[in-house]
Amino acid sequence: MARSRYLPDRGLTARMVFTMFLLGLLFVVLGAVLVRYLGALGLILIAGFLVAQWFFSDRVALYSMGGKEVSPQEAPELHAMVDRLCALADMPKPKVAIADTDVPNAFATGRSPQRAVVCATTGIMRRLTPAELEGVLSHELSHVAHRDVTVMTIASFVGVLAGFLTRIALFSGMGNRRGNDNGTPIVLIITLVSVVVYALSFLLTRALSRYRELAADRAGATLTGQPSALASALVKISGEMSRIPSRDLRQVEPFNAFFFTPAVAPGFSLSSLFSTHPPIERRLEQLSRISAQLGGPG
Amino acid sequence: MSWLDRALGRSKPAAPDLDQLFAVPDAALTLESAIGIHPTGLGSVSFRAAEGGAFASLTDDVQALLDADEGPKVERSVDQFGYTWLLVRREPDDIPGLVTDLHAINSTLQDHGFGPSLLCSLIGFRTPADAPFGLVYLYKRGTFYPFAPTTDQQRDNALELQVRGQLANDLRVEPDLARWFPVWGAPGL
Repeated sequence: MARSRYLPDRGLTARMVFTMFLLGLLFVVLGAVLVRYLGALGLILIAGFLVAQWFFSDRVALYSMGGKEVSPQEAPELHAMVDRLCALADMPKPKVAIADTDVPNAFATGRSPQRAVVCATTGIMRRLTPAELEGVLSHELSHVAHRDVTVMTIASFVGVLAGFLTRIALFSGMGNRRGNDNGTPIVLIITLVSVVVYALSFLLTRALSRYRELAADRAGATLTGQPSALASALVKISGEMSRIPSRDLRQVEPFNAFFFTPAVAPGFSLSSLFSTHPPIERRLEQLSRISAQLGGPG
Repeated sequence: MSWLDRALGRSKPAAPDLDQLFAVPDAALTLESAIGIHPTGLGSVSFRAAEGGAFASLTDDVQALLDADEGPKVERSVDQFGYTWLLVRREPDDIPGLVTDLHAINSTLQDHGFGPSLLCSLIGFRTPADAPFGLVYLYKRGTFYPFAPTTDQQRDNALELQVRGQLANDLRVEPDLARWFPVWGAPGL
């Protein structure tokens, strides 16, 4: 029996599981506070909001990027690339869209592989060679295969909940609704817990997002067998991407103002903690490891 | 892929199904008798070459292996999308021999751990009107679909659907029409 050349990264999986575990823990803490002081109604409201966002994710993302679905006749090359990648990966073909903007970017969204959309901008198609574009598309298709829209929606639930709670606690006088005569104002407890939970969940979802990016890089590079083409695409567009505030439409951020003084040890890069994407050095290093695996003696 | 693998973002590369290819000889007989589509003796295997020396030397080995016997050489070409095609020639009536050759290619790749790189296989036919016709095998699905190109990047969908009906008993036809992707100008057509 031949050994596989496509090895999983156990360390990455372990870090991802740990992050998800911490997020789940936060949810339990916050949920307990919420149910204790407010009842379950708030919880249901926010869940409903997120479900709607998840359900319409394909249309929302396409609309906000100005993407338009294209037929095989309109974009034969792009369709042919996606066709072949889907046949290699054995996944249903998503809708293919093009956004007419010079920003070099691509994204995949949709609640399930059957309802997914892969969108590339005219800017990225102009800048990249076909092999590099194929690498980017296989990265995006891996997001679809991993159901990252669903995963990140669930992961951002805690953060949205905490942000929502903080806002209510600060701007309404709901703390007075129940017994307030035992010394500790309930509004203060809820605010404090929410702020702390929000801060932690923000960092955790960002960490999770970075791990998902690395996982998509890995899956995409092994799908095409061309990690170096993806690496070259990353290098080519990273300089221009850094000027774009955020490409991540999966995350909901009610407000960022709480985030100026996180408890971080000195010497630790702040931007690396807040970023939705891993630093490019990290991604290139992983890709070169995959390249060595593929090219090494069998 | 299990839900756990999806949740952890560790999709495994899809493994190919090599065995269904042996259903082609029966299907070729059916096509000949029912619609008058006859084989040309051409067949090809398409795969995405992985970067690095391992894959390159493996491809050379496969080619040398198939060229070792007398008869036409295997032709290698790379299409505009970066996929490698190995074209095998046999006598038009030697479909079992053709399938054996194709199987030798894909099983060698599989044995060296590059099974996930296999894209599709194509067996060439001619329609009664002397137009090219291909039976495409999707390795990851273990299914076939017909491909009937006409001029100007158009497909003869009526003929393709007719073939689907005829072949239903001989081999597994890909049920999802969205996966019947066109392979314009593929070697072996």
